Amino acid sequence: MSARTQTPRPQTPRTAGPLTTSIRAARPGASARRPTSRLLATALVLTLVAIGATFLLDPYRNYQFALIAATFCATAGLTLLIGLTGQLSLGHAALMAAGGYGYALAANALTDAGVDGVPRFVVSLAAAAAASALLGLLLGLAAARLKGPYLSGVTLVLVIALPAFTAVFSGVFRGDQGVQIAYDGVPPALRTLIAVEQWQAWVAILVAAAVVTWLAVLRNGPAGLRMRAVRDDETSARLQGVRAGRVKVLAFTASSIAAGAGGAVLCFVTQSVSPGAYTLAFSLLLVVAVVIGGLGSLLGAFLGSIVIVLLPWVIQTATGALDLSADAAQRLTGNLPVLVFGVLLIVVTAAWPGGIRAALPKRLRTKRMPRRGAPPMQTSTVAAAEPATVTPTAAPRHPDPEPRTSPAAEPIPTTTER
Amino acid sequence: MSHAPNRSQHRRTVAAVAAASALLVAMSACSTPAAGGDPAEAAPGVTDDTVTIGTHQPLTGPAAAGYSSISAATTAYFAYLNENGGVNGRSIEYLVKDDGYNPANTQTVVRELVQDDEVFAILNGLGTPTHTSVLDYLNQNEVPDLFVASGSTSWNQPEKYPWTFGFNADYVTEAEALAQYADDEFAGKSICVLGQDDDFGDEFIEGLENVLGEGSLASVQRYSVSNQDVVAQIGAMQAAGCEVNMLATVNGFTALAIGTAAKLGYQAKWMSSSSGGDYVTLAGFLGEAAPVLLEGFVTTNYLPYAPGNEWDDLFRQINDEYNDGAPFDGNTVFGMSVGYLFAEALAKAGENPTRQGIVDAITSGDLVGNGLVPLSFGADSHAAYKGVSITTVADGVQDFIGVTYVSDGSGGVEPFDGDAVPLENDGLPTS
Repeated sequence: MSARTQTPRPQTPRTAGPLTTSIRAARPGASARRPTSRLLATALVLTLVAIGATFLLDPYRNYQFALIAATFCATAGLTLLIGLTGQLSLGHAALMAAGGYGYALAANALTDAGVDGVPRFVVSLAAAAAASALLGLLLGLAAARLKGPYLSGVTLVLVIALPAFTAVFSGVFRGDQGVQIAYDGVPPALRTLIAVEQWQAWVAILVAAAVVTWLAVLRNGPAGLRMRAVRDDETSARLQGVRAGRVKVLAFTASSIAAGAGGAVLCFVTQSVSPGAYTLAFSLLLVVAVVIGGLGSLLGAFLGSIVIVLLPWVIQTATGALDLSADAAQRLTGNLPVLVFGVLLIVVTAAWPGGIRAALPKRLRTKRMPRRGAPPMQTSTVAAAEPATVTPTAAPRHPDPEPRTSPAAEPIPTTTER
Repeated sequence: MSHAPNRSQHRRTVAAVAAASALLVAMSACSTPAAGGDPAEAAPGVTDDTVTIGTHQPLTGPAAAGYSSISAATTAYFAYLNENGGVNGRSIEYLVKDDGYNPANTQTVVRELVQDDEVFAILNGLGTPTHTSVLDYLNQNEVPDLFVASGSTSWNQPEKYPWTFGFNADYVTEAEALAQYADDEFAGKSICVLGQDDDFGDEFIEGLENVLGEGSLASVQRYSVSNQDVVAQIGAMQAAGCEVNMLATVNGFTALAIGTAAKLGYQAKWMSSSSGGDYVTLAGFLGEAAPVLLEGFVTTNYLPYAPGNEWDDLFRQINDEYNDGAPFDGNTVFGMSVGYLFAEALAKAGENPTRQGIVDAITSGDLVGNGLVPLSFGADSHAAYKGVSITTVADGVQDFIGVTYVSDGSGGVEPFDGDAVPLENDGLPTS
C-alpha cells in the first residue's frame, strides 16, 4: 500500500503494464470487444434454452432446476475464486446466507412499506448483493493476508458461527426458524401460461445468467488476467505492477456477490431463509461441486451444482424403491449421500483430475474455441455455463487451470478426509 | 475478420433460438397450471381404492429421538384401519418424509410430496419452525394442511390460511393452564421459563404472562435447537433463584434441561409443554436416573394417554399388532389419534373426497376426535384443542390428576368438567 504514495498515477500504467500489454499483443487481431459480445450472445442463447427447458419439466423438476440455478450462482463464484486466485473458501454457504438474509430483510421492509412485485424483487436482490458484498469485502481483506489452511480456517469459522449468530441476534434473524417473506406469485400476464414453480425457475435462471455472465466477463477481462497472474506467482505479479492484495480482495468480493445472489434466489424460491439451509455440510458440498465439476470452469460449476442438488434426491428415491426395513432406510437417509459424495470425489479426482468437465467429449468442451487459430493465451472466450477453453499451447506462465497444477488443489483432498 | 465462423455462429444462434421458441410453444401444456379443475375428476392422490397423503417428520436430527415414533404410530393405525376396510372402501397410504427438523429440508420434501407424489393432503407435519416454512406454499397451492403437529397459533388463521388446521392444544392455552396450575399450587414461588427461540417459545411465554402478569417471570431463557448445550441457560435460572421452571422445549431439550440442572446440583419444580413432556420418551434420554429426576414433573395432555383408558387399550393393541410392539408412549397415542382424526374427517368428506370437501368436513364442526376436551374446529376456528388436562409423574408413572382447563377466550383458563370422548366402533370412524 505504501507504493501508492510513491507513485503519483498508479492506475493506468499498471493495468496496461508490461504483463497485460504483452499478453494482449500475443492475441493477433483479437480486439477486446468481440469476445465479450460473442459471450453475451452465447449467454443469451443458453438462457433462452434454459428457459425453454422449463416447459419440458413438471413443477417439482422446475423447483429443482431453480435450486440448481441458485447453487450455480454460488459455485460459479467459488470456482473462479479457487481456480483464478487460488483462494480456498470453505465458507461460501455463509456468504449465500448473507445474501439470503439481505434479501429477506429488505423484502420484508419493502412489504411493510407497501412495495411489491418487480420493484421489491429488484431492490431486495440489490440488498442481497450489498450484504454479501460487504461480508465478502471484510472477509476478503482478511483473506488477502492469509494463505492455505489459515484462509480456509477463517472462512470455515464463518459458516460454523452462522447458527450461533442468528440465535444471538434472533430479534432480527429469528434463530433457527429463520426469516419468512411474503409470497411472490406469477405475474398476472403469465398466470395462464406457467405455473409458479416455472416462474421461479425463470427468475432463478435469469439471475444465474446475469451473475455468471458477469463473472465470465470479469474473468476474460484484465481483472481475470491479474487474478491468474497473482495465483501463479504472486511475487512476479507484484513485480509486474499487479497489486496482489487488491486483486484478491476484488476476487473475494465478486465471488461473494455471486454467492449472495444465489442465496437471494433460494430465498425467493422458498420464501424463507434459515441457518439450517446453510450448514457446514452444504458449504463443503459447494467445494465438492466445484472440484467434481472441474476447478476454474463455469461449465464444471454448473455440472457440479446439478450433482449436489440432484444426487441426494436420486439416492433417496433409489433407496425408497428398494423396499428396505424402516430401520435400515432411516439409517441410510442422510448418510448414504455423504458416502456417495466422498466416493464420487475420490473417483473423479483419480480418473479425471480436471473434473467431470474434462471427461466430456472434447468437441463439447471446446465448442466455443475460436475457429481460426487458437489464441496462445487461455484467456479466450468463455461462455456462461461453458468450459474454460483450455489451450494446450498455453504460455508457461499460465498453465491450464486444472487442479493438479493449481496451488488451490492441494488443500482440497484434505477437506474430504475430514 | 473472417466470416465463416461468424456465419456458423450465427446459424447456431438462430437454430438455438428457434429451438427454444419451439419449445416454448410446443411444451407450454407441460407445466401449465391445471385449468379450473373438473369437479367430476378425482382429487389428487385419490383413486378408487386408495387415498395417498404425506407428512414431514424429524426421523433424523435433533428432534428425531423425541418424535420419530409418531409417524410410525400413525402408519400403524392406518394399517389397522386399512385391514378393516379403510374409509369408504379406500385404503390410506401414508408417505413419511424425513426433514431432520430443518426448515430448509421441509421445504424440499413437502414440495416433493405435493408435486411429485401428488398427495391428497399433508397430514401432521411436525414442528413449528419447520412447518412455518411451508405454510404459505401449501395454502397457495390449496393443499389441505391437516392437523399440524405443533401448538403454534399460526395454524389457526382461517382467513389467511384457509387450508391449514392445527392438532396440538395451542401453546398459549397450554401455558395459561400450566401458569394457572402453578399459581394455584405453588403460590409465591419464583417462576421462570426456558423457551425455544421461535414461535413455540414466544407463544408459550405469552400464555404464561397472560395469567401471571407481564414481567412476573423471574428469568426468561431461550435456547436454539442447533446448539445442544443449555448450561448457560440453566445456570442463569439457578442464579436467578428460580423455583418453578416452565419449559417450552422439545423432548430432547426437556431432558437436556433437567439433566443439566441435576449435574449442576440445582433442584427445582419442572413443568413442561406437552410437546416436550412425554415421560417414556424423557426416561429414554435420562436413563436410570429418570424416576428420581422426573418425580413430580408436571405437564399437560389433551389425549387419552392413561393406563386403563379404553382408547389407550385399543392403541396398545394396535401398537402390538401393527407396530412390531414398539415402546408405547405419549407419542404413540398422539400419532394414532392423528390417524383417527384424519380418518374421521375423510369419512365425513363423503364417498368422493375432494380437497375442498375434507376442509368443509372439518369446518362443519361435526368432528368428534378422541380428546379429553371437545374439538373446537369450526368455520372460524382452525384450532383442534383449546384445553388441556394436567398430568404429573409419581413413582415413574405419568397420569392425569383430574385437573382440566379450557381457554376462556380472553387470556385465561377456566376449569372444565365435561367428559372425555368415548371410544366407538373399535376406533373405526363411520360416515
